[in-house]
Amino acid sequence: MKGLAARRRRPLATVVLLLMALVVTGAAYAVAAPTFANASTTAAGDVQRGRDLFVASCASCHGAQATGTRAAPSLVGVGAAAVDFQVSTGRMPLANTAPQAPRKPTEFTQQDVADLSAYVASLGPGPAIPEDQYLNLKTDDESLAKGAELFRVNCAMCHNVVGAGGALTRGKYAPPLEGVTPKQMYEAMVTGPQSMPVFNDANLSPTDKQDVISYLKYLEEQPSPGGFSLGSLGPVSEALFAWAFGIVVLIGAAVWLTAKSS
Amino acid sequence: MDTREQGGASSELVTRDEDGNLPDRFENPGPPPHRYRLADTDPKAAKNAERQVAALFGISILGTIFAIVAYFLFTPENTFASIKLSNTTLGLGLGLALLGIGLGAIHWAKTLMPDHEMTEMRHPMRGTDEDRTKALEVLETGAAESGIGRRPLVRNTLLGALALVGLPGIVLLRDLGPLPKDSLTKTLWAKGVRLTRDPDGKPIKAADVTRGSIFHVIPQGLNESERPLEEKAKAAVLVIRMDPNMIQEKDPAREGWDVDGIFAYSLICTHVGCPVALYEQQTHHLLCPCHQSTYDATQYCKVIFGPAKRALPQLPIAIDDEGYLVAQSDFKEPVGPSFWERG
Amino acid sequence: MSQTTTPNTAAGGVADFLDTRLGASKAVRGLSRKLFPDHWSFMLGEIALYSFIVLLLSGTFLTLFFVPSMGMTTYEGAYAPLNNVPMSEAYASTLRLSFDIRGGLLMRQVHHWAALLFIASMTVHMFRVFFTGAFRKPRELNWMIGSVLALLGLGAGFSGYSLPDDLLSGNGLRIIDGVIKSIPVVGTYLSFFLFDGEFPGESIIPRLYIVHVLLIPGLILALVGAHLGLVFWQKHTQYPGPGRTNQNVVGFPLLPVYAAKAGGFFFVVFGIMALFGSFVSINSVWNYGPYDPSPISAGTQPDWYILFIDGALRLMPGWEWTVAGFTISFNILIPGLILPGLMTGILIAWPFLESWASGDRREHHVLDRPRNVPVRTAAGVAAIVFYTVLALAATNDLLATHLGLSINDITWTLRFTAILGPPIAFWITKRICLGLQRHDRELALHGRETGRIVRTADGEYFEVHEPLNEYDRWLLVQHDARRPIELPPDVDENGVARPGARKDRIRQKLSRWFYEDRIEPLTPSELAASHAEHEHALEAGEGEERPVVTTGR
Repeated sequence: MKGLAARRRRPLATVVLLLMALVVTGAAYAVAAPTFANASTTAAGDVQRGRDLFVASCASCHGAQATGTRAAPSLVGVGAAAVDFQVSTGRMPLANTAPQAPRKPTEFTQQDVADLSAYVASLGPGPAIPEDQYLNLKTDDESLAKGAELFRVNCAMCHNVVGAGGALTRGKYAPPLEGVTPKQMYEAMVTGPQSMPVFNDANLSPTDKQDVISYLKYLEEQPSPGGFSLGSLGPVSEALFAWAFGIVVLIGAAVWLTAKSS
Repeated sequence: MDTREQGGASSELVTRDEDGNLPDRFENPGPPPHRYRLADTDPKAAKNAERQVAALFGISILGTIFAIVAYFLFTPENTFASIKLSNTTLGLGLGLALLGIGLGAIHWAKTLMPDHEMTEMRHPMRGTDEDRTKALEVLETGAAESGIGRRPLVRNTLLGALALVGLPGIVLLRDLGPLPKDSLTKTLWAKGVRLTRDPDGKPIKAADVTRGSIFHVIPQGLNESERPLEEKAKAAVLVIRMDPNMIQEKDPAREGWDVDGIFAYSLICTHVGCPVALYEQQTHHLLCPCHQSTYDATQYCKVIFGPAKRALPQLPIAIDDEGYLVAQSDFKEPVGPSFWERG
Repeated sequence: MSQTTTPNTAAGGVADFLDTRLGASKAVRGLSRKLFPDHWSFMLGEIALYSFIVLLLSGTFLTLFFVPSMGMTTYEGAYAPLNNVPMSEAYASTLRLSFDIRGGLLMRQVHHWAALLFIASMTVHMFRVFFTGAFRKPRELNWMIGSVLALLGLGAGFSGYSLPDDLLSGNGLRIIDGVIKSIPVVGTYLSFFLFDGEFPGESIIPRLYIVHVLLIPGLILALVGAHLGLVFWQKHTQYPGPGRTNQNVVGFPLLPVYAAKAGGFFFVVFGIMALFGSFVSINSVWNYGPYDPSPISAGTQPDWYILFIDGALRLMPGWEWTVAGFTISFNILIPGLILPGLMTGILIAWPFLESWASGDRREHHVLDRPRNVPVRTAAGVAAIVFYTVLALAATNDLLATHLGLSINDITWTLRFTAILGPPIAFWITKRICLGLQRHDRELALHGRETGRIVRTADGEYFEVHEPLNEYDRWLLVQHDARRPIELPPDVDENGVARPGARKDRIRQKLSRWFYEDRIEPLTPSELAASHAEHEHALEAGEGEERPVVTTGR
């Protein structure tokens, strides 16, 4: 009766394997989807202290006068917004060479960032840290609709329609926008970090930018109406679910249905 | 069982015929002995199974009631959370209602209905010789009675008529759409048409286009045109500004098509027509998100990777008296995906 | 009118009514005790059938609210970021269906999940039919009907994907338009006829709608009828096993066991899909916004069953030429039309190809174990590998972001994998099949390893093997090892070329490719000989030539 015993074991093994696969995928997802906490209050910066910080942490690549070296560009004229964005999102200082600087928890305090920004801003005129009035989130339908449309036309091609991120060439990518503060979003638009183009005020006015940010934050706050969003990545994650889970569950049901009762 | 002990018993493993010869092939030993289920031998187990089946049907009833209650109780308001609640509860009730019936019925069949496998004979698909002869006769009689073999004129005209009768059906499809004519080679762009922002149609000043920017552009008046979507599907343009010295090999034919490093290119991929909107401002590469055709703006948007063959068509632009960007003319070649007559 | 029995119950009354008008008793008598073999893999087609019924039910609900029009309107409802935005009636009604109709979102999600699982279960069902050789005579026609059903499933899926008229589906249509335009000579005209003018036009949604809700479901329904009718008429195949032969069918009767199981399974399938629809979001159209030709979302992909075409489009190099003033775009034609056409052609023709190679004209009702037909199994695996690589290629952007790789490297890797992967998969699978056959033969010959080690008087060690009982052994020895066909020589004794010799040579080659490498199943005399030898060896006390013994454990 060895054959029968083996046959009886198999369906259970399938189910166990399936469960294991699910747990592993779930765990991997949980690990792969880190969250960042970022503060966005602006503090007045101290240029002198900023200079000291710069020399200690940034000068090795950007040069003692921030005029750039072979390893890194000049920071003269990039403005406070660029520094605030790059440092507060942890992109700078760059940890190691990669196709692009990844987002990571920052090593600096808010005051450090403000001082650094103030120092770099003092080197030459550039985009300033956005005013608070443009960082308030709007909630009226009209602004949200406007923001959504502008986001689709100007941003969704790289960042995906709900800001889930997307690929660029040769290992570069447009990062996911979840957890990015309104201030950082605004700064990214005016400074165009890394591969991202600049959206100056003639292209997207400050109010336009505010609408875009309001829309993104609205999406982030709302739960997914249909249930688990599967990362909002579109048909591919749905395909994965249909095959890795849907078909497996249905076949599991068929195995149970045809297995001989004990 | 030990093979050593079995060694002498090989005759038990293989059945010989009366003459002691071995068959060429093994013989089908017939169905194995039946194994009884717990519920077959133990009335208690049977009673248990019965209760389980009834419980599953009971769950179904509760699920149905829950779904109906949820429909009225959790009416979606204007929030995502309420929509989610309505969707989840309705679906949960419906799912339980259905699964209860299904699982119950299957459990019933598995545990309580007879599970002796039965055997029934197959019959070959082929008809008997007699059937075949009779069928052939019937067909031949039919053919002979119709006279289709004897009257070739009737047969041939019928075949001709049948061959043609479908044609009106095809001709009728002619009005599915107009002929292409020159519509694929023309867009709304023309001399003096201003470049305006997508989607609001605000004109763009050359000074607004700073280095590193990208503007998504539509021709002025597109939103008021007769068929804005069709026009936009051809006329959409992206405008970027770069150091003119970045251009790797200057093309004399395109001299004066840009305004001080402001270039306008068709947004529509020359592969199958997706918007090529991903602009990397450091490398000046444009990437199509659909199939990854990559265009290099420092080489007049020549294809450097992916399935597209042709460069993105460039729109010659100029600056008008008020400082706004305008087109010098329409595109010099058809935009978008390839088609046969494109040349 | 003569009545032999008089009904005296309500059910009896109904039965009498039906029988006296339809002769239902004959059908019930014949069909209700019809036997169906029981195996989980025989339920895969049923999953597809039930998914289709779920599609019909949920789809009917959707048609009550969906407006298949591209006329412009503005949406007003619960979804704030699209309020007062101009859009097509189709998209606005999809939004209303999702947010403002109770149960609308659930039905949409159930419908979409059922669609993905409908085609997925058809695919898995086809795998089963292919790898077990269920398509062999007399079932070739049903294989063809099934293949057409699978294609219709793709058509139904794609036409449905396009209906909401959101940014995702609109860009999908744009790609279809590009593929159609690449067709030589008539492409431009076909595109203009399909879209009623230039893309996107105002007619494609209503046109696709009628294709989606009437034409394709009607065809599917008719062909499903034929498909099931043939299964009834030809009786179901069965797996090899003791008591099962090519002349019988072993299983459970339609009434009551099979009816209860199959009927119950419908509810299970529907129930599972209802749970998916309530807990897992699918095609959140509100995220995409109305279709507009200039925006696009990163990660724009089709539903899974079209991924392979999209992937092929991504992998192709830019082969396009202009000849005599006309453009031929092989970069689109090959992946978009030629390749899918070829794949479909081979799929449909396979049963005939195989029977041509085997020269086998017998009826087959007992299924093959995949290992016993190594070349077919290997070819199937190679095809699946090819398909999967193409489908993976369509996800190259998501692979790049989620694995931190370069999209260009992924594309290049997959280009090579698409070409080299299938032959490698073929070779490996064939080796595995032959290995399994050898293992089966050994098992039938020597029995199972028991793990018991015995020391002989000579100090030798060996493991004791337990012979199989005749039921277990039967599974391992029941099959035929097919041999390549032998054809007469090309020229007769007078040196005259035989007509059809060239065709036969191809056939001979194909047949050799199929059946050259094989392991003959164990015969009774081999088993007897092995045991006799073994006995002899024991008596002589010789160590070598004792096949029963495996050392090293």
